[in-house]
Amino acid sequence: MNPLSFHAPVLLIAIPLLGAFAVPLIGRLGAHLRRIFTGLIALLTTACAGLVAATVFSAGTPITYVLGGRLTLPSGMNFPIRIILEVDGMSTFMVILTALILVTAVFYSFSYWRRRSGGTMYDSLLFLLGAGIFGMELTGDMFNFFVFLEITSIAACGLIGFRVWQGRSQEAAFKTMALYTLSGLFVLLAIGLLYGKYDGLNIAYLAAHIGSGLVDRIALGLLLVALAMKAGVVPMHMWAPDAYGEAPAPISAVLVANSQASLYGLFRVLFTLYGLAISVTTLGWIMIVLALLTIFIGVTMALIQSDIKRLIAYGAVSQIGYMLLGVGVGLATSAGQPDYGLVAMQGGIFHMINDAACVGLLFLAAGVIIRAAGTRNLNMMGGLAHDMRWTAMFFMIGALALAGIPPFNGFASKLMIYESTFRYSPILAVIAILGSILLLAVFLKVFQAAFLGPRTISPIERPSRLMLASMGVLALVVIAFGLFPGFFVHTIVGPAAKALWLGRDAYIGAVMGG
Amino acid sequence: MMIGNFPYIVAMLLVAIGIYALLFKRNLIKLVIGISLVETGVNLFLVTLGYRTAGIAPIYTYAPNAKPMVLPTPQALTLTSIVIGLATTALLLSFVVFIYRHYGTLNVREIKELRG
Amino acid sequence: MNGEMSVIVRTITRFVYGLIVVFGFYVIMHGHLTPGGGFQGGAVVATAFALLIVAFGAAGLKGKLNDHLLQSLEEVGALAFLVLGFIGIGTAFFYNIIANSGAVFGSPTPIGPNPGFLNTGGTLPWMNWAVGLKVMTGLASVVLVMLVGAREEEET
Repeated sequence: MNPLSFHAPVLLIAIPLLGAFAVPLIGRLGAHLRRIFTGLIALLTTACAGLVAATVFSAGTPITYVLGGRLTLPSGMNFPIRIILEVDGMSTFMVILTALILVTAVFYSFSYWRRRSGGTMYDSLLFLLGAGIFGMELTGDMFNFFVFLEITSIAACGLIGFRVWQGRSQEAAFKTMALYTLSGLFVLLAIGLLYGKYDGLNIAYLAAHIGSGLVDRIALGLLLVALAMKAGVVPMHMWAPDAYGEAPAPISAVLVANSQASLYGLFRVLFTLYGLAISVTTLGWIMIVLALLTIFIGVTMALIQSDIKRLIAYGAVSQIGYMLLGVGVGLATSAGQPDYGLVAMQGGIFHMINDAACVGLLFLAAGVIIRAAGTRNLNMMGGLAHDMRWTAMFFMIGALALAGIPPFNGFASKLMIYESTFRYSPILAVIAILGSILLLAVFLKVFQAAFLGPRTISPIERPSRLMLASMGVLALVVIAFGLFPGFFVHTIVGPAAKALWLGRDAYIGAVMGG
Repeated sequence: MMIGNFPYIVAMLLVAIGIYALLFKRNLIKLVIGISLVETGVNLFLVTLGYRTAGIAPIYTYAPNAKPMVLPTPQALTLTSIVIGLATTALLLSFVVFIYRHYGTLNVREIKELRG
Repeated sequence: MNGEMSVIVRTITRFVYGLIVVFGFYVIMHGHLTPGGGFQGGAVVATAFALLIVAFGAAGLKGKLNDHLLQSLEEVGALAFLVLGFIGIGTAFFYNIIANSGAVFGSPTPIGPNPGFLNTGGTLPWMNWAVGLKVMTGLASVVLVMLVGAREEEET
């Protein structure tokens, strides 16, 4: 393995951190230089993500990286006492997703903040958030998971409340920060319980020893509540519409990736840390019920919104339900391992990247729409398609993909979820399809209200080329994943689903057995 | 035996008081205090977890002493948690400052632009 | 009220803040030997800055302790920490390349009861200094910004 691939996992965390700390200093030298540096760091981060993906997919097994060098104790024991990064198929999948959203958000932000002040701290916090998300996805250590979780909380809330001149954004940021902190402390309490019982923090080590006693159950319950809260699962979603709705448009897109990183943590805990040590059928059904609740509440709340960003936010909440549904069915069947269980897992995981791309696209388009119309109220918009053809098209692509209409990516993953959940229990598929149909109705209403009709208002501010290009990249992803789902399921989703569903022993073995 | 468990009970009591404050208090500052209480409870829990009866401070150069050492890892965890808690509290309080500036009140019931 | 506190507070502050700074630097310096380290020492030094800010007011310190300077130093501290992580990348990120090399802080650590030798620990003491710099300036700038915000509140 060449040194660059070997160090790629740690570089993926270190480079955004370097960007976060260096941007304020470089910003002193001029806004232009800062912009070049920001773009460079974003591209380097993406390159590192690609490198991690190439390394893991060619290795086929989880790769580990020990910070500070691998340590062999004087007794000859090769025990994992140092901080370890462990990257398997699922981590790689999440890294690809995050890098895609982060790089588009960075380039979109260039012209988003052109006339506002304080861009330096914004760039710094954005990179810090990126580093935190990458850290959550790469770490092989429970405590570092908590640390990175808190880094994302602090950076994300700093960004949600970035527009200090708006009372609403401060309110949303306070609410989100309070709930994020509470969920972080629950995670810490669970880690403390596990440490007290097993004297270890390494995920692989804990997974090798975990049992099903009372302490394990309490820890699992705390982790489940905390991570579901941070992922915005109903009934712990109250922060999500506020945070998505009040954050600056590119940050709303990154927040989607942040929620999915928490969802990744949840999956990691359920599949890798606990695995078959607990009753998977019960837990699977808990997840399925939460999923149906999330779909139902998300869609019905979206129906009654008149604020465009809040509406998309509820749409994003409902999509979390589809991922939970697919993976929940996968978890419930992970003991018997029928074929459709794997398809459900693949559908749920595939939907994560599809959702990040199309909800991200919708949020970016909504940012342009709000700038152009000067209002967020759908009832006061209209006829924007006359002047903004590209934005209208991108918004349409995002909306149709979100509602699961072919040939866009949402259709591909939702079809996998419908098919497999139908085999498990038909009623699940029926509710999921109903949710999608309602969502289509909601977004057609939005499209009609904002873009169609006579030209009532002329755009105050048109999107720059860079903003259109960022949206174009996401739109291309949406279309490509929709047209060639087989290819992407085979190359990136398959290894991820396998790593969670079947890869527990390989994950443990990569650290413990050596 | 009971005395040994006392710190755990205090820690859980602190967490419970903190969650009570989060659920039933309406003043934003009191909510921040509630979060700090939960955090203190968790930190106390972690430190207690690492305590060994009559243990000495875990300093590398004292290693050859046959006395039992207090576990260093929970202390490192607690320290990290304190650092994070500091950043969190500072951030929450600055949001409170801005909210007060915009709405002129700290009562949660009176700040309700975001509903539904 | 012009942001200054009474003459008693200011006089005591002049006496005490130097001692606090010295103690803070002691904690940072001995971070690899005794309980303490970059964060704790940095927080102690930051309390000295906070004391200065509270006693003399933000206006009274203008030019000496402004958030422009503090934030620059904070970024320098953070970058120094990352660079210290990067210098070991020949083996692994955060690899302790200075330990036992004979450079500054590079002596081997003696085992057994001893008064503690400062010249040990490799990259760890350097990291303590980097973290200490970041924490002392970061916390001081937080206090400064919050205090300025609160003062504006009183005026309007």
